[in-house]
Amino acid sequence: MSSTELNALLPLTAVGAACLVALAGVAVRRNVVFTFVVTILGFAVSGAALFASSGAQSVGGLLVIDPYARFFSAVLLASNAGVALLAFSYFRSYRENREELFILLLLETLGGLVLVSAVHFASFFLGLELLSVSLYSLLAYVRTRKASFEAGVKYFVPAAVASAFLLFGMALLYDAAGTMDLAGVGRSLARAGSLPEGAVAITGLVMVIVAIGFKLALAPFHMWAADVYQGASAPITASLASVSKVAVFALFFRFFSGIDLRASALVGWILTVVAILSMLVGSWLALRQRNVKRMLAYSSTAHLGYLMLPLLSGGRAGAAAAAFYLVAYSAATIALFGVITALSSVDRERDDGAELIGLAWRKPFLSAVFIAGLLSMAGIPLTAGFMGKFYLLTVGVGSSLWALAAALVLSSGISLFYYLKLVAVQFSRQEAEPHGPRTPLAAGFALAVAIVLVVGLGIYPGPLANAIASLAL
Amino acid sequence: MIPAIVLLAPLLGGVLAWISGRAGRLWVRIWPLALLVLDFAALLAVWIGGNPDAFHEGAYSFYADLIVPWIPQIGVSVHLVLDGLSLVLSLLAVFIGIVVILVSWKRERDHEGFFYFNITLVLSGVLGTFLAVDLFLFFLFWELMLVPTYFLIVGWGGERRAPAGFKFFLFTQLSGLVMLLAILALYFIHGGSSGVYTFDLFGLIGTPMSSRTSFLLMLGFMAAFAVKLPAVPFHSWLPDAYVEAPLEATILLAALLSKSAAYGILRFVLPLFHDAALAFAPVAYVLGVLSVVYGAVLAFAQTDLKRLIAYSSVSHLGFVLVGIFALSPLALQGSVLQMVSHGVATGALFVVAGFMERRLGHRDLSRMGGLFPLVPRLAGAGVALALVALGVPGSGNFIAEVLIVIGTFQASPLFAVLVSSGLVFSVVYALWMIQRAFHGRAAVSGSLRDLSALEAAGALVMILVVFWLGLHPQPVFDATSRFLQTLQGGA
Repeated sequence: MSSTELNALLPLTAVGAACLVALAGVAVRRNVVFTFVVTILGFAVSGAALFASSGAQSVGGLLVIDPYARFFSAVLLASNAGVALLAFSYFRSYRENREELFILLLLETLGGLVLVSAVHFASFFLGLELLSVSLYSLLAYVRTRKASFEAGVKYFVPAAVASAFLLFGMALLYDAAGTMDLAGVGRSLARAGSLPEGAVAITGLVMVIVAIGFKLALAPFHMWAADVYQGASAPITASLASVSKVAVFALFFRFFSGIDLRASALVGWILTVVAILSMLVGSWLALRQRNVKRMLAYSSTAHLGYLMLPLLSGGRAGAAAAAFYLVAYSAATIALFGVITALSSVDRERDDGAELIGLAWRKPFLSAVFIAGLLSMAGIPLTAGFMGKFYLLTVGVGSSLWALAAALVLSSGISLFYYLKLVAVQFSRQEAEPHGPRTPLAAGFALAVAIVLVVGLGIYPGPLANAIASLAL
Repeated sequence: MIPAIVLLAPLLGGVLAWISGRAGRLWVRIWPLALLVLDFAALLAVWIGGNPDAFHEGAYSFYADLIVPWIPQIGVSVHLVLDGLSLVLSLLAVFIGIVVILVSWKRERDHEGFFYFNITLVLSGVLGTFLAVDLFLFFLFWELMLVPTYFLIVGWGGERRAPAGFKFFLFTQLSGLVMLLAILALYFIHGGSSGVYTFDLFGLIGTPMSSRTSFLLMLGFMAAFAVKLPAVPFHSWLPDAYVEAPLEATILLAALLSKSAAYGILRFVLPLFHDAALAFAPVAYVLGVLSVVYGAVLAFAQTDLKRLIAYSSVSHLGFVLVGIFALSPLALQGSVLQMVSHGVATGALFVVAGFMERRLGHRDLSRMGGLFPLVPRLAGAGVALALVALGVPGSGNFIAEVLIVIGTFQASPLFAVLVSSGLVFSVVYALWMIQRAFHGRAAVSGSLRDLSALEAAGALVMILVVFWLGLHPQPVFDATSRFLQTLQGGA
């Protein structure tokens, strides 16, 4: 491995090194503040390394550190830095070991970084497993709480099945293409992409889509989402909802940008159906939830369905739209779960809709963050979510994906029901117990950054629009 | 710079009010009021001293024109213009804003800073729709109005405020997204044919497209406008929202938000899709006549005063829809005058209804009656405004509705006859309201406080404005004629 390759890998090695330092720290003497600081430093150094590098550098044919990878790496680092801040506040009264939580968070991030730079089945699988295995443990981290353990198991079983699907799919694709390089697989699909001669390749591709669908909780692979979201601790759910989905989607997009969907109409159809199902089923199920986290689980299914629009349209505009939407989605996700975190403690998860009654009058700051997050998710102007949805509709209309654009509008309409319900509840004049301590500093900082991003990107999207304009693959 | 100042002044007042929310109840009101008065003065100064030909953009001319790039990557800029039409409507908006602040002056409520912030945010949103000529920016303001209105309804509304606020939000948001799809399609059609991707109205006018495409895109725009106007049968959000909203928000909804829809048709639909709009005219006539008749009939059936005024508003706005699509000079001028006059008159009616509710503790017409001897000044104002609603000669509504009927007659005698039936229906419900509320046996025992000098002065000013519009409508015609002339020629 050459020194330029090593340099290019610096963002990944920084996170890995932070992981080792934190582990060594635990071996010497447990100190959660030390572990936390190392975690944040690891993210910061990795982020600085991202900004310092430029151009595209392939590493051993497995990874490529290009602007696309760097952009999504930055999103992952920022999201998980927010999660770390939230987790630090959330677990401050947890009487068992807290250090491993941050180490797992670092590992999860590392998996995500590998995924967004992966250009080969080997690195794809490696990154995905690193991400998933860390998440199993993170979800079940509060082992004294039954729901948390349940969440870990309920994520583990479908994710393991999905991994099996993925491996089988990869094997079939390898058989058809003779290469495990993502671009090479795409090229071979373009040559023999239609039935019946491409049956093996298409079966493999569909199995890979199924596996990714599980990870992204796209309908009809969304069943696990609500229980897992609800059972896990709020900051961990935030990580599951933002980091794991952003990373897997970024890889999904990179993979599909190399596949000409016109060559295999069947796969295009499958993705269209999955997208429309996700939007409508996700919104419909979210409508019926009373628990905020369950609602967000299903609404996340709808959001990932929206993201199929840029996936299907592809190209430079598609990459830009997906990037903007994912940034908006991650910021809003951190904001929403962050407020739940600030209201909750490790002993009691306050994630029921009823906990929000009168929040606007009781805790104006938390309420403002929560409302901004909800409005952004709903795509109301002057929030990042509006610009994101605007980008999605732009590529949808630009590529004449009319059915998907119509489904997006319909699903957005349904989504107003459940997002606005939570906004209205906060303005209720009904007296509720003035519960909860003051928002801890760390969580408050994460929330402040999140609301600045959510509102700031809605008012002044120029810089981000510039940054994503050159994410061509 | 002028359009930006006009747009941001109310918002600045609202922010200052929010900040000074804890400093006492006086400053919370003074900040927005002061900035709105300044805004009004600035607009008047432009009207009197400005040059309506100072800036040109194709066939259009403006007092002021402001372009600042915003998201150049996709061709979005902050493009605001002030021409006669936007000037008149902006004046209406700021005037109504001042009325709203004054009406709520003595009313105590929770979290006043945030309340006034929302009021001014609605005003800025409305002003934004009147000034923006970038379709993206227009859409942004269009949607932006919803959020503070929604907050006003669910934060300070009546018993059933949550479902009412939600219904309002859902209807307007969904129809707005349909408009967004149409805007985007237009953007790509224009970009595809000319290579220039822009959301600027003046760049997009005259985009070549098939008549079928043009008609579909126009329908997308009309979906949003018909819902917010509202035209029957897209009105079902209106009574709930008007009734459950706090008085101040009701006035904003009735006087201003509906006007932004009519304005949108004039500013965007007619120039962009002139031929398609002509083809759509019969449908618009039917919707307009339906609104006129159905609104009037429902108004007659109401016992809730606010609901009655809400339905009468639907009826009056039906005239506007018919007049705009008749596309004759008289009908267009009548429509613009109706927008202004109805804005002031309905605003004033809701103010009076608010005065009555504050004194009686309810607004149930069946429990009113005989108020005239008890509160002569209040009853006098109520009667005068009810007469305006029925189109008494001399009022702005009268001139406007007559102009619309005459103008429509040239285009379609049948619909002119049908729409003029509204003039008869409005007499029925307006007189019925006068009778139920002010005449007959006194339903209230004891004494009621009549209007204070300040309240009476406020009501009088609004009534005088309506009659001034009726007796001397020429300034409004002069201000808007330049723009309206460009509509008839076709783009």
